[in-house]
Amino acid sequence: MTITEPTNQLNGVDVEHLLHAREVLTGAPPAAQFTFRAASEWVDGNQATTTVDRFFGLGEEQAHARPHTVVSDHPSLFGATDAGATPPELAMIALAGCLTAGIASIAQNWGVKLNSVTANLEADMDMQGILGIDPDVRNGFSAIRVAYDIDADADDATVEAIVAQSQKRSAVFDIITNPTAVSVEVV
Amino acid sequence: MRTDVTIIGAGQAGLAMSHCLTRQGIDHVVLERGATANAWRTERWDSLRLLTPNWMSRLPGFRYDGPDPDGYMTAAEVGDHLEAYRASFAAPVRPETAVQSVTPTDRGFDLRTSTGGIASNAVVIATGACGTPHIPALARDFPAGTRHLAPIHYRNPGDVEGPVLVVGASASGAQLADELARAGFDVTLAVSNHVRLPRRYRGMDIHWWLERLGILDEHIDHVEDPRKARRTPSLQLVGSPDRRNVGLNELRDAGVEIVGRLAGIADTTLQISGSLANVVRSADLKQERLLQRCDDHAAESGLDRELTAAHRPERTALGPAVLSLDADRFRTVIWATGFRPHHPYLPSGFLDPKGALRHDRGVGEHAGVFSLGTVFNRRRNSSFIDGVGRDAEELTPAIRAHLDRNAAWAR
Repeated sequence: MTITEPTNQLNGVDVEHLLHAREVLTGAPPAAQFTFRAASEWVDGNQATTTVDRFFGLGEEQAHARPHTVVSDHPSLFGATDAGATPPELAMIALAGCLTAGIASIAQNWGVKLNSVTANLEADMDMQGILGIDPDVRNGFSAIRVAYDIDADADDATVEAIVAQSQKRSAVFDIITNPTAVSVEVV
Repeated sequence: MRTDVTIIGAGQAGLAMSHCLTRQGIDHVVLERGATANAWRTERWDSLRLLTPNWMSRLPGFRYDGPDPDGYMTAAEVGDHLEAYRASFAAPVRPETAVQSVTPTDRGFDLRTSTGGIASNAVVIATGACGTPHIPALARDFPAGTRHLAPIHYRNPGDVEGPVLVVGASASGAQLADELARAGFDVTLAVSNHVRLPRRYRGMDIHWWLERLGILDEHIDHVEDPRKARRTPSLQLVGSPDRRNVGLNELRDAGVEIVGRLAGIADTTLQISGSLANVVRSADLKQERLLQRCDDHAAESGLDRELTAAHRPERTALGPAVLSLDADRFRTVIWATGFRPHHPYLPSGFLDPKGALRHDRGVGEHAGVFSLGTVFNRRRNSSFIDGVGRDAEELTPAIRAHLDRNAAWAR
């Protein structure tokens, strides 16, 4: 099964394609079941590389145009080589990427031309958690703040509504704000 | 017995349909599992009133004629209103009759009921918008001993033991959180997507505005996403004599603890979604857009001078985020989490995967089956007392056409 349909570009998002996919998948829930995969390998120290390539969706194997590899590491502050973003920072990167992609799609669907979209993110972490100093402190972020600065051909209320809708439809926003069952095994 | 049309349900939908068929001289019967307006009499809490003002209770050939057109009927008064409607045209209601099965035949349908069989050319499903309460699966993971209630089983604060967790902040959840907090209970409200609106705006009931703006009779064919429109939750309102609001700001001021959506439960810890800020922001933005439409309409139609000044409600203020709660804390959980369609007597082929009747604007996919009174059956107010009559009037020619086709076939 493939989904190919006409393109219609305002912000460079192929919204017609997305809407067509939505229509097709509405009538075929099994085709909507995707499984994403990533392969990770320790390099040295705190450094790892993780690659995404193949995934499953639309009832069959799919692949990215090419494999994408991300390097993660810890900062030199903690004696590491700082060869890449920290894993929690990658979560911030994922959130920003997801929300911004959503903003572009929704704006285009609503006929709003975006001129520039920038975001600054801050996330707070109490290191007493991951360092095992205080068991009452969680490991992860205690709060994430995202500030969008958007120049668009629309009034402020519309821009705010686009940003709100992007959060409602964001996978990473959901992953971060809601619990997910995680199983980790040694094979 | 044999009849042309069997209507299942003697609430506002079934009675409106009966009125239309009576006017057309079409032979029919209205089956009711209890007495007329059964759900209004047996499945509503004591203090419940309509969300819509009394003047907005127009049915085919019947309207509110009492002393308080701007008030809100209690559930018992709705029951009396509908019983008076039934009596006004002697609707052929067969009470205490539960439908057990509806089986398609060459000539129409055979119905098995608790009071005997019926052969019918057409069937109208008019059992209402509520179906059966939807309680999420995670209710099972609460500590043993927690009392779980759906709003249709709640009667009054005497029914519950606190502290109380109310899940869902649409009309039912907001109203019950309000009532229980006022009764002195320790109440926590878990809030997911909702529609925030003020009870009154610029001196007029919000439903007056929704009608003026053409929103209430907006047709399903004219909405961008019909599936989403049919999922829209009820308005976060209460119909009360003091016309108070039950938005999150007011509930917080009444002492209700406001938290995000109940997302999961791990051991005895309730996991609360971190999405609340966006949920309330979205609701505030939608309210602002609606009130702006009201103001624009007032200006365009020269109403500005007759209305009071435009005071916009304050944005929703939230306290520090709560991301987990101890499940052991709550003695009672009220699941104001909506309803699912419930048609156990219909063949599964009549239903979609979610259990709702397959239909297009009230005309069932299976010839001879019709639907009335569900959320956005044809229009946004299809499930309202005030809107169901128009649906009944519009379905009548389709029913007549079906009966004519059947009769031609029988000859």
